[in-house]
Amino acid sequence: MALITMRQAITDALREEMRRDETVFIMGEEVGVWGGSYAVTRGFYDEFGAKRVRDTPISEMAIGGVAVGAAMNGLRPVAEFMTINFAFLALDQLVNHAAKVHYMFGGQIKCPAVFRAPGGSGRQLGATHSHTPDVIFAHFPGLKVVSPGTPYDAKGLLKSAIRTEDPVLFIEHQALYQVRGEVPEGDYVVPIGKSDVKREGDDVTIVAYAQGLQVALEAAKQLAEEGIEAEVVDLRSLRPLDMGPVLDSFRKTFRAVVVEEGWRSYGIGAEVAARLQEEGFDFMDAPVKRVAQLETPLPYSRELEQAALINKDRVVAAVKEIV
Amino acid sequence: MDKATLLDWYRQMVLVRRFEQRSAELYQLGKIGGFLHLYIGQEAVAVGSIGARRKQDHVITAYRDHAHALVVGTDPGALMAELLGKETGISKGRGGSMHMADVAHNYWGGYGIVGGHVPLGTGIALAEQYNGTDAVVLCYMGDGSTNIGYFHESLNLAGVWDLPVIYIVENNQYGMGTAVDRASAVPDISTKALAYGMEPKKVDGMNVIEVYEATRDAIAAIHDGKGPQFLDVITYRYEGHSMGDPLRYRTKEEVAKWREDDPIGVLERYILEKKIAGKETLEDIDQEVEKVIEQAVDFAEKSPFPALDTLFDNIYVEA
Ligand SMILES: Cc1ncc(C[n+]2csc(CCOP(=O)(O)OP(=O)(O)O)c2C)c(N)n1
Ligand SMILES: [Mg+2]
Repeated sequence: MALITMRQAITDALREEMRRDETVFIMGEEVGVWGGSYAVTRGFYDEFGAKRVRDTPISEMAIGGVAVGAAMNGLRPVAEFMTINFAFLALDQLVNHAAKVHYMFGGQIKCPAVFRAPGGSGRQLGATHSHTPDVIFAHFPGLKVVSPGTPYDAKGLLKSAIRTEDPVLFIEHQALYQVRGEVPEGDYVVPIGKSDVKREGDDVTIVAYAQGLQVALEAAKQLAEEGIEAEVVDLRSLRPLDMGPVLDSFRKTFRAVVVEEGWRSYGIGAEVAARLQEEGFDFMDAPVKRVAQLETPLPYSRELEQAALINKDRVVAAVKEIV
Repeated sequence: MDKATLLDWYRQMVLVRRFEQRSAELYQLGKIGGFLHLYIGQEAVAVGSIGARRKQDHVITAYRDHAHALVVGTDPGALMAELLGKETGISKGRGGSMHMADVAHNYWGGYGIVGGHVPLGTGIALAEQYNGTDAVVLCYMGDGSTNIGYFHESLNLAGVWDLPVIYIVENNQYGMGTAVDRASAVPDISTKALAYGMEPKKVDGMNVIEVYEATRDAIAAIHDGKGPQFLDVITYRYEGHSMGDPLRYRTKEEVAKWREDDPIGVLERYILEKKIAGKETLEDIDQEVEKVIEQAVDFAEKSPFPALDTLFDNIYVEA
């Protein structure tokens, strides 16, 4: 075990997969000579060369489509969107091609492409650069969407993403790049589509993922000091969504809070709450609470931005309303 | 051109035309649903260009995609079955008219989003370059697609990366009802190639031999290290954009004028004038094609619809 950052975990996963499999290559803006906008691919250009670490023009539509085409024809591209805010320009490729070609052509075509995209808010980047639009991408059957909350999961999930025969959107949280965690030496994978209990407790279930997981764990710590034991379930994958551990926990705690960094409307909380009432109605002792971003474009000014975002106190308050 | 090739091209063009005419009839009968975009008038483009391709070369196009499938050698029965939504269809009844692929023949489809497949074709070419093969991609699109961002981003990237791809614009003068000069700031589409370091080339798309030669030369140019290629192939569709087009945007006279250059007629005259074959030979071919089409329809009609419990098949490779 080593204590490494999430950035390092992602870098290690990429490097190990590229060494393992010649068909894996990286493409995106500033991934090569620059070393990656978030320094995830630093040193790759020197190790793997221009053929496998491909700097692209600023052409998100082409990055999306070319990655899909290359994957259809046998390669394993890892395409990087500089941030998820720019992936909107490639939404059509993700939705209409990556998510569709296998089904629409009766199983003839596979698309084993990975799209990496840093997302998240809270860095005073203003309204255009601060989205957490994960649910938009998770809406489409055919695409897999994962977003890790720990370095361990980041490395294992990225390896799974690269190895699966299906297209995967891998959402990295900018604020988590510096977070450290235990990661074993050597090869391992974390399966896509498996939620994971990150903290055990009997009083309330907190469902979260990515940055929300860190917020939920902080809140759980404070609640514990006040005698409330929260169970924290990390979704890790948004599609396929694994409700198993969430329901197991809910059948024990009878109450749940869902934490997400994106907006509340039509969000993860909406989905999880709906599933809980469909599949766990008999265990429901209180309304399912949602802690999410307030419904406004994010402002630049620091205090104002923070006022719109999720934090530990809001999660604690939501828990106390139902416990 | 040798006799066998010319006769085969004639056969293929007649096959495409008859296939399209038959599918229009089946559409009128309500047996085909959704959109149906016919290729009638453009036959020389698919036949001539695919005539120049080698087995290892790839083909990808937009939603006007039946012809390319027929010409690469897809079983007409599987195509007709696809139109009828049958399990035996080339895309198992999941794709329909706009989404037919036959990967066994390096035919990647069939895409319904205008221009959306242009980066896919470019990516397919990237994979060939990556693997160090000599295969190229024939990436077809309509004139209307040259105005969408995909076109520009893809051609630029292909230029920067020197990818083995030939962009073939099937310039049939209209995108739905909008004439080229009402949609493109440069009415001469071939000049768009210049912005991406490619030579502008215009080809008579009603003449199968010229289309063949232009494509053959483009493949050779790629192999000579000249990078991606661009062909502006001038053609015309006789029928509406899709079924039910009110055709308010063009005159009957205009259509009649283009029909004088009918691609099948042009080749037929060439074959007869050059005494490559006689009228009876061509009529025999027509008869043969008729049989193939009837067999295809028969196969499609008799095939089963997909079982309802297969609805969720193939969403993922690894569910
Ligand atoms: C992105 C997108 N916008 C609009 C449409 C609707 N549409 C379908 S075909 C078409 C015209 C395309 O014309 P062209 O590229 O010249 O091809 P042609 O139909 O002439 O073969 C339009 C606007 C679409 N399918 N996709
Ligand atoms: Mg057109």
